[in-house]
Order: sequence, then C-alpha cells, then structure tokens
Amino acid sequence: MKAKPGQFIILMIGEKGERIPLTISDFDARKGTVSCAFHEVGKTTKKLGLLNEGDYVETVTGPLGNPSEIKNYGKVLCVGGSVMIAPLLLQVKTMREAGNSVTTVLGARIKDVIMLEDEAKAMSEKVYVATDDGSKGYQGLDFLKDLLKKEKFDHCVAMGPVVMMKTVSEITKPYGIPTVVTLTPIMIDGMGMCGVCRVTVGGKMQFGCIDGPEFNGHKVDFDGLIQRQRIFLPEERLNSVLWEIGGCACGRQ
Amino acid sequence: MADSKPKPKIRKDAVPMPKQNPKARAKNFNEVALGYTREQALEEANRCLQCAKPQCVSGCPVEIDIPAFIKLLKEQKCAEAIAEIKSKNVLPAICGRVCPQEDQCQQCCIVGKVGEPVNIGRLERYLADWEREQGFTIPEKAQPTGKKTAVVGAGPAGLTAAAELVKLGHEVTMLEALHLPGGVLIYGIPEFRLPKSIVRAEVNYIEKLGVKLRLGNMVGRTNTIPEVIKNGIDAVFIGSGAGLPQFMGLPGENFGGIYSANEFLIRVNLMKAYAFPEYDTPIRIGKHVVVIGGGNVAMDSARSALRLGAEEVCIVYRRSRKELPARKEEIENAEEEGIVCKFLAAPLRFISDEKGWVKAMECICMELGPPDESGRRRPIPIKGSEFIMDTDTVIIAIGRTPNPIIQRTTEGLEVTKWGTIIADENGKTSLESVYAGGDIVTGEATVISAMGAGKTAAKAIHEYLMKKK
Ligand SMILES: Cc1cc2nc3c(=O)[nH]c(=O)nc-3n(C[C@H](O)[C@H](O)[C@H](O)COP(=O)(O)OP(=O)(O)OC[C@H]3O[C@@H](n4cnc5c(N)ncnc54)[C@H](O)[C@@H]3O)c2cc1C
Ligand SMILES: Cc1cc2nc3c(=O)[nH]c(=O)nc-3n(C[C@H](O)[C@H](O)[C@H](O)COP(=O)(O)OP(=O)(O)OC[C@H]3O[C@@H](n4cnc5c(N)ncnc54)[C@H](O)[C@@H]3O)c2cc1C
Ligand code: FES
Repeated sequence: MKAKPGQFIILMIGEKGERIPLTISDFDARKGTVSCAFHEVGKTTKKLGLLNEGDYVETVTGPLGNPSEIKNYGKVLCVGGSVMIAPLLLQVKTMREAGNSVTTVLGARIKDVIMLEDEAKAMSEKVYVATDDGSKGYQGLDFLKDLLKKEKFDHCVAMGPVVMMKTVSEITKPYGIPTVVTLTPIMIDGMGMCGVCRVTVGGKMQFGCIDGPEFNGHKVDFDGLIQRQRIFLPEERLNSVLWEIGGCACGRQ
Repeated sequence: MADSKPKPKIRKDAVPMPKQNPKARAKNFNEVALGYTREQALEEANRCLQCAKPQCVSGCPVEIDIPAFIKLLKEQKCAEAIAEIKSKNVLPAICGRVCPQEDQCQQCCIVGKVGEPVNIGRLERYLADWEREQGFTIPEKAQPTGKKTAVVGAGPAGLTAAAELVKLGHEVTMLEALHLPGGVLIYGIPEFRLPKSIVRAEVNYIEKLGVKLRLGNMVGRTNTIPEVIKNGIDAVFIGSGAGLPQFMGLPGENFGGIYSANEFLIRVNLMKAYAFPEYDTPIRIGKHVVVIGGGNVAMDSARSALRLGAEEVCIVYRRSRKELPARKEEIENAEEEGIVCKFLAAPLRFISDEKGWVKAMECICMELGPPDESGRRRPIPIKGSEFIMDTDTVIIAIGRTPNPIIQRTTEGLEVTKWGTIIADENGKTSLESVYAGGDIVTGEATVISAMGAGKTAAKAIHEYLMKKK
C-alpha cells in the first residue's frame, strides 16, 4: 500500500456487507497498515466497532481517491469535526512537515466527543476548541470570523460533518482563503463506476470518489450533498434496528 | 401441412428454447431461459448441414470450429465437443448465454438462408452446462517459461488473456479492483440472464489453470502500471472496461430515486440488494419506474426493476422501435414480461417532491430526421410537444465511458479524446510491454469481442516475451 493523506479505503465487513468508505487517518508504509477512525452510525460501523484486535474483515480496497495537495502554503488553518479530527491531524502533521505554520480547530457536538486534543496541541502552532453547545471552548464556529479578522491565513483545510464544512467555507470565502473540504457522499465501488457519489461543484457534476474526495469548498453545492446523503436513511435505520434487536445475528459472533 | 417424410433435407425451424413462463418469471430472479435437454440439443445439432465451406466460423470473433463441435455433439461425444469449444473459448457457459449470436455466427449460417439458422449459442450453452455438471477437466500445464505477467481487470477481456497466457506457461497475476471477479458479468448482467454461480464456476476454472487472482487491487491507486513493471512483471495486459456511467446534464438529475443504470445494477447484482436486509446494501424501487435508453443495459435495468416489485416499468427511448439497439430476444422477453416502451420521447428535466425525491419527469416528443454519424436516423424535438410523466424511480441507461484511473496515472500511455486506450491490432499500446483490449480500447462493445481482444493480445504478449531475453 502507498497511502497518502486525503485518501480513503473501502471495506466490506462480510460477504453480505455493504462497502463503506473511511478516510485514512494514519499509515505505516513499512508494515503496510492504515488506520481509520469511525463513528458508529449504522449497522456496518457498529459491527466494525465490535471487532477485536486480530479480527479481520472480508475486503479492504485502497487507497482510493486523490491525495491531498500538500505543499508550503505559509499559514494554514485546519478545521476538523467529530471523528474526522483523526484524519485531519494527519493533514496537520504533513502540512507542518512541508513547512507550514498550522492553526488547528477541533469541533464536536459536545465536549465529551472532542478527541485527540493533546496530539493536536503537540503538532500545531495554536489549537482552538469549539462545541455546538458551548460545553467546551467556543460555542459554534462564529469565533472563526473574529480570528480571520485578526490573522491572515493562506490556506484552509476542513474535514468533518457536511454542515460544518459548509459553515467553514462560508466564513473563509469573504477573505478569499482557498478552502479544501473532504466530501463524504454515499459511495459503493469508489472507482467511478456507479455515480452514486455525484456532487455538484462549480455547477458541474463531479464524482466524489475519483474526482475527489477533496474539493474547493467555495464551489461545492453542500445542500445538494446533504440531500443525497439522506437518500437511503429509512432503509439504513431499518437495517440497523433489525440487527440490534437480533433480527439477523449473522455478524454477532 | 408438412408431409411425413422421415428425414426432410433441412428443418427450417430451430428447436425453441424452453423458458420460464413470463408471469412467473417477472417476479423472480431465476434464469429465464432453461436450456435444451439432451434430446432437444441433438435435434438442433442435427439441423447443421456440416457444410464443406462453413460460413459460421468467420462470424465468430474467437473462431470456434463450429461444425467440428456440432459434429461431435451429434455423435454424442460431449466431452470431446466441449474440449473443441474450450480450445478457443474459455467462457462457453457465459458466451452461450449472452453473445449476440444473431449478429455473429448465426447470421452467417447457411441454414439461415432458407429458414432459421442453427442455434449455435444454445448448443454451446448445452455443452458447457453439461461439462459443469460433470466437473471440469483441467488441461495439462505447459512448461513454465519463467516469465511473469499481470492482467488488470477480471472482466471477459482480462479473464481470457489470463487463461491464454497461463496455458502458454507464463505466470499470471490478475489485479481486480472489485471484491469479486467477472467485470460486467458479475456486476452488470442480471442473475436471470446469467446466473452468478456460472460466472463463479468459469472464473474458478481459470484459477485452476493456475492464474492468481488479487481482488481489491485498484491499479492506479493501490499500485500503478509503472510500479507493477518495476516490481519484476515482464508484460501487462489492461482490460479495465468501460464502466463510467454517463448522465444527461438535465436539471434535477441529482434527486433521490434517480440512478445510473450502473448504480442500479451494481446494487442489485454485485451487492445483492434484492435480498436486503439479509444483504446490507439497500435499494428503493417505487411504483412507476422509468428507464431512459434503449440498449441491453436499459432492458436489463427495466426487467430487474420489475422483479424488484415495480408496478409499472416504462422504457423511454428517443428513436423508434426500429432503431432500438438492444438484442431482439431481450426486447421480446421484456415485452412478454409486461414492460412498456415509449418511443420518440426524451426527458427535459426532473421534478421532485418536498423531500428531494423525484416525482415526475418532463419529456418532449421527437421525430426522426436524416441519418446521423451512427447511421441511425437523428431524433429531432417537436416544438410544443412537452408532456409530464409521473414517476418515482428513474434509471438512466444512456451509455458508459472508459474507466479513467489507469489513463490518468500511467505516464506515456496514449489515449483517444474519448478516453479509450490506443492499441494496435495486436493490442500493443504506446508503452513497451503494455497491452490492452476489450471495452477499454473499443468503448462499449460485447463480451465476445472483449474475449477476442484478450486472446489476440495474449498471443502477441507471448511472442514478445519469447523474443525478449
Ligand atoms: C470518502 C469518505 C470518507 C469517509 N470517512 C469516514 C471516516 O473517516 N470516519 C467515519 O466515521 N466515517 C467516514 N465516512 C462516512 C462513512 O462511510 C459512513 O458513516 C458509513 O458508510 C456508514 O455505514 P453504516 O453501515 O455504519 O451506516 P448506514 O446504516 O449505512 O448509515 C447510517 C447513517 O450514516 C449516514 N451515512 C451513510 N453513508 C454516509 C456517508 N458516506 N457520509 C455521511 N453519512 C453517511 C446515513 O445517512 C445514516 O444516517 C466517509 C465517507 C466517505 C464517502
Ligand atoms: C448491463 C449490461 C448488459 C450487457 N449485456 C451484454 C450481452 O448480453 N451480451 C454481450 O455480448 N455484451 C453485453 N454487455 C457488454 C459487455 O458486458 C462488455 O462489452 C464486456 O463485459 C467488456 O469486457 P471487458 O473485459 O473489456 O470489461 P469489463 O467487463 O467492464 O471488466 C473490466 C474489469 O476491470 C476492472 N477494473 C477497472 N478499472 C480497474 C483498475 N483501475 N484496477 C483494477 N481493476 C479495474 C473492473 O472492476 C472490471 O471487473 C453488457 C453490458 C452491460 C453493462
Ligand atoms: S462510488 Fe461509485 S462512482 Fe463513486
């Protein structure tokens, strides 16, 4: 494997499983391993959470997607939300190695889900924390507006929930700070064959898996993406509930 | 009435294919065509005239010696008959089912000049199925040459190239991005036309020949062609296919309920969404399904939608019945099952409900003008003929373009402006030791033409490797 920051893998937990994409948050080329952090939101990720060290999954494909463009931009603002903080820190690390000065923002719904704060501090010039409810750090991302008034940034990277990336892009746009977002549309093959991952960027249809997953945040139609992510919500909920009540115990062992 | 002479010279009618009854089959995914019995196969084989100068062979892209295998079948030497086929075609159970024989070998059949041509495809299928039931015999391996080859993509082109190369004694590793081998055979063509167990069995046979299969390896990302070569591979064959779905660029194309045919078929075939929630991948089928397009892919999508429980499935095609590109047999099958066609109409935009789910489609009527570059009459919109069609599921089947990743990541590999890889008649590309064939070179074509290309390239690779010291 030759994973690079910005890329993702697709895994299938069993022969009857779904193919789900997860962003690479760390890798070890010598050992040939990659790490991913994930949120237990549905059946596949919940089952994945039940696995122990040494267990294995049916298939892993990757790395997929285009690697991030890492170079010396100067001053970089990295904003990560919830579980995507893990892959964001890989960006922080490589951005710093490329000579950038990095300011990191960690966001989450509530304070308990802020993760990797110490790691972030060790790697960044400055770390800000924000929560939706204000239980830790700033409430919401509005503080970024003041920050941008005071400090000049040359580049911005945002990874996290779509609404968060949308907000960050709206905040950086008036300042003309190039903003790269990692889009997470629904995917199946991850190689350009189904088109379920289509997103609108700058008025043009793009495929998240082969044209992305990173795009210019100032051009993305975030609302369209949010709508498409919800397409199979009822089915996914049903499947997750059925599994939890033991309707299908195939993956429980 | 025909008189009762014991042996009429030429029997004009082919033995009909036994099929599942249309009402029943429209509700299941089991194979529609049931296959000949031994008696039926022999009866059909006996229609072959064993011509001194057979025309059929020239219609076959892999040049199966058709009269020879039919003769062996007539003599009830099934093992020898299938061996004859397999010396030219490693996927006979598949080709017997999905090849457009009516445009190939059967079109050239001399019996066809006076009646229906001998049904060569059904005989091929009969023999392949017979062999699978008996258990395959694996031919002896050739002396190893010590040469290493890699084949990218496990579709018909790649599988054929791999089988030919391994039979010649070369080491072969197949690199396939998906989690299952077969290409379109596994993710595209539905179960009711080509049972997946058959694809598995034929791929298994190729593995038994000694081909190594590496799944989940996406060339261009997991590794690149130059890296593969640097790691000691002497020659590469690329058969990565044409799988990138095209969209129409119409307003509302991203609404929920609008699928590309590839997404729809991948969900249903590869991920088995018809068995959701036993299988985790979901699919949602509404009551009124519209399929846009008129090729085999449109027919397959429409017939799958019907089997998933749609109340009504309508194919919307911009030309007339005469221009429909799908195989005649599949059009008939679809219509028997109750699929309706709306000809001379094309969509303009999609309309959604408040949740962003498609609820209707605006179309415009067409008339046919003079022929275009493709030789078919060009559809021209009729002003003021717009109309609204209610629908809750739309499947777009208007064509696919080449998978682009390899072209984007292989320096020096020449491609056309359509994104297909440029290769000469032997499959040789602009790079030393790199060959290509199948849909990635020709654009969307057929299983057998992809196999033919795989075979030709394998021969050329063999010559190249044996010359190279
Ligand atoms: C390129 C890419 C990278 C990703 N990286 C990560 C990652 O590093 N960590 C991580 O936890 N998740 C990541 N995701 C999202 C992850 O793939 C989904 O959470 C996962 O598919 C859910 O599967 P499930 O079976 O557990 O849940 P499902 O039952 O399939 O879905 C449960 C819930 O998750 C939502 N959902 C489904 N697919 C997605 C999606 N693609 N994006 C957002 N929400 C979705 C559904 O709408 C539903 O609400 C990534 C997605 C993409 C496309
Ligand atoms: C729904 C449908 C129905 C059809 N029906 C018929 C029919 O009835 N009769 C007929 O003759 N033809 C039919 N066709 C056309 C026929 O299937 C194709 O022409 C044929 O499969 C082409 O073979 P191929 O090997 O070139 O490519 P494919 O079958 O497309 O195989 C390409 C393989 O390469 C893999 N791949 C792609 N990129 C990479 C990469 N970067 N790294 C590794 N692997 C990669 C893909 O996953 C795939 O497995 C149909 C096509 C479709 C879509
Ligand atoms: S995930 Fe299928 S095309 Fe992107």
